[in-house]
Amino acid sequence: MITYLEAIREAQARALADDPRVYIYGQDVGSFGGAFKATKNLAQEFPGRVLDAPISEDAMVGSAIGAAIEGMRPIIEMQFADFSTVGFNQIVNHAATLHWRTNVPCPITIRLPSGGTAGAGPFHSQSMEALYAHYPGLIVMTPATVEDAYSMLLDAVAIDDPVIFCEHKYLYYHLKAEALPTEAMPTGKARIARAGRDATIVTYSAMLHESLACAEELALEGWEIEVIDLRTIKPLDTDTVLASVARTGRLLAVGEAFPWGGVTAEVVARVATEGFGLLDAPPMRLNAKDTPVPYHPNLWGTHRPTAKTISARMRDLLRLLGKDEG
Amino acid sequence: MLQATAAPSPLTNPAFSQTYFAAYRWMLLARLLEEKIASLYRGGKITGGVFLGRGQEALSVAVGLALRAGDVFAPLIRDQAGRLAFGESLLDCTRTYMGSRLGPMRGRDGNVHRGRPREGMFAMISHLGAMIPAVAGALLARRFRGITGTVGATCLGDGATSTGAFHEGLNMAAVEKLPLVLVVANNQYAYSTPNARQFACADLVDKAAGYGVTGHRLDATDLETCLRVLHKAVADARDGGGPQLVVASLLRLAGHGEHDDSHYIDERLRESRLGLDCLKVAEQRLLAEGWADAAALRGVEINAQRQIDEAVATTLREAAPDPNEEDWCALATRHLSEASHAE
Repeated sequence: MITYLEAIREAQARALADDPRVYIYGQDVGSFGGAFKATKNLAQEFPGRVLDAPISEDAMVGSAIGAAIEGMRPIIEMQFADFSTVGFNQIVNHAATLHWRTNVPCPITIRLPSGGTAGAGPFHSQSMEALYAHYPGLIVMTPATVEDAYSMLLDAVAIDDPVIFCEHKYLYYHLKAEALPTEAMPTGKARIARAGRDATIVTYSAMLHESLACAEELALEGWEIEVIDLRTIKPLDTDTVLASVARTGRLLAVGEAFPWGGVTAEVVARVATEGFGLLDAPPMRLNAKDTPVPYHPNLWGTHRPTAKTISARMRDLLRLLGKDEG
Repeated sequence: MLQATAAPSPLTNPAFSQTYFAAYRWMLLARLLEEKIASLYRGGKITGGVFLGRGQEALSVAVGLALRAGDVFAPLIRDQAGRLAFGESLLDCTRTYMGSRLGPMRGRDGNVHRGRPREGMFAMISHLGAMIPAVAGALLARRFRGITGTVGATCLGDGATSTGAFHEGLNMAAVEKLPLVLVVANNQYAYSTPNARQFACADLVDKAAGYGVTGHRLDATDLETCLRVLHKAVADARDGGGPQLVVASLLRLAGHGEHDDSHYIDERLRESRLGLDCLKVAEQRLLAEGWADAAALRGVEINAQRQIDEAVATTLREAAPDPNEEDWCALATRHLSEASHAE
C-alpha cells in the first residue's frame, strides 16, 4: 500500500532521477526530509539537489524563476500553503507574467500542503487555490487521489508553466492505494469519480471524499448522485461539468475554501452562463464558513463541509422543483 | 559550456584612459537617448511612464562595463547607460517605450520593464527587490549546471533596501555564497521620501556586515571611482568572494518620472557635491587629462545623436500591436490555456 504522501515523495524521486534539471528547494526539505517527510531520503539519494532554504518564501520562488530562465525545473516546497502568501508577489507578478512578457517559459512547480486538519488552526489550514487560479499564467492542480498525486506532480514538473500544486494534508496519511499508477488522465481533464443521474456534485481535493460519502449515503435512499473530481481547477474542465449537468439537471459545487468567489462560484457561474438551459433547479454551492479556519476540532469540523452537510445541501437541491425524495 | 573569458584589467594605464572614454560614450548615448525619449513622451508618442537615469549614468555604466557576455544583469529603472554597455540595443529601448510589436516586449510591457532573459538581461517587474532572488536563482542554476566564472548583478535604489525581497534575496545569496553583486544607488529619495524616512542606519553599507557579505561605498558622481569599485566588486564575486553590496551616493537629477517636477528635493543637496552631474564631471576630466579634445567630444555627440535618430525613426515607422492579432494566451503550454469562458 502506498499513501498520498508517499506518492508525492515517489513522484519527486522519479522527477529527480529522470531529469537532471530538477532540484528541490524549501524549508527543512534536505536531510530532515521535510516537515511532512515528503522529501524523505531524497537529499541522501540525490546529493546537492535537495536544498534547505532559509525562511524566505519570496526568495524561494524568486530564485526558482531565475533558475527556470537558466533552464532548470525547480520544485519549491512551501512548508504550508498558508505561507505561500509571503511568496505571493513572486508567484503572481513574476512567475505568472514571465512567459507572456518575455516569451521565456517559467517551468516551476510550487507545492502547497493545503487544507485543514484537526487542530491546525488559522495559519496551517488554508486552501489557497482560488487565489492562484485568479491569475493568468498559472496552472493550479488539486489532486484528490493517490494516483493523481503521483502522476499530476510528474506532469507539473514537465509542464513549461508555473504550476501551483495544492496537495491536501488531510489526505497525506488517510488515503492509500495498492500501487503507483502506470498511466494517467491528461492534465486539464476532470474525472467522473462516481456516475449518477439525479444530481451532479462538482468538487476537488479532500472534498471529493466527503462528496463520495454523501453519494453513498444518498444511494441508500435511492438517489444516484454523480460526482466530478475537477483534478485541476485551472484549467477548469467546463465541458465535463456541463455534460454531467446535461445528464442530471442539478448542480452542487463543493469546496473547502472560503465562500467568497472561488472555485465553486466559478463552476456555478460557468454552468449558469453556458448551461442555463440544462438546469432543472438553481445551482448550489457549499463551502467553508466565512471565518478564519478554527483551531478546535469541534469548530473545525463544522467550519468545513462534511459528508453530512453536503448530504443536507443535496437533499435541499433534490427537493427543489419537484424531485420528490425516494 | 558557457564560461566568461578572462580579460586584461582595463583599469591600468594605458588602457584606463580608453576605458574611461568608452564609459563616457555610453553615458552620453544614454543621456541623449533618454532626452529624446522624454521629448517623445512630451510630444505624445509614448504612453505611460518615462523614467530617466540623469545623474546615475556613471554608476550604471560601471556596472554594465564590469560585467561580461555570459553574466546576468537585472537593471532597474535608471540603468539606461548600464543596459547599453551590457549590450542592449537602442531599438530594444525605443521599441519598448513606443510599444512596437517588433520589440522584445511586443507592446505587452513598456518603458523600463524590458529585457531578454535568455541573453542574460532580465526584465524587471515593478516590485522593488524582486529581481534579487531571481538573479540569485540564475546563479544557483549555473552552479547546478557546472558553469563557473560568471557573475550576476542587479541594481536598486535606497527605497528597495526596505523591502522584504531585499532581505530575503541578499540573505539567501549570502547563505549560498553566490557571485551576486547588488548595486544600491542611494539617490537620497525614493520617489519623494527622503533617506531619513526610509532607514535608520548611519549608512546603508552597514547592512553588508549584517548579512555577512562584503560592502563597498562610493561617490557615484565620479566615473573613475565607479569604474574601480564596480570592477573590484564584480571581480571579487567572480573569484568566489560571495555577494558584494555596493552602495553608491548620488542625487537624482530628474523627477522620479517625467511626470514629477521633484520640487521636494532639498536645495542644499542640489548644491552639495552629490548634486554634481557625473556626465559633466567626466567630460571635464577627459578634457583636463587630454584623453579627448573638444572636437573628439563633439564627434561622440554627433555619432550618438545619429544612432538615436535612426532608432527612433525606425521605431516610429513600425506597427503598433494589433489587439486582433494578439494571441491573448498567457501560458507556454497552449493547450492548457482556458478558452474565453468569462471574458
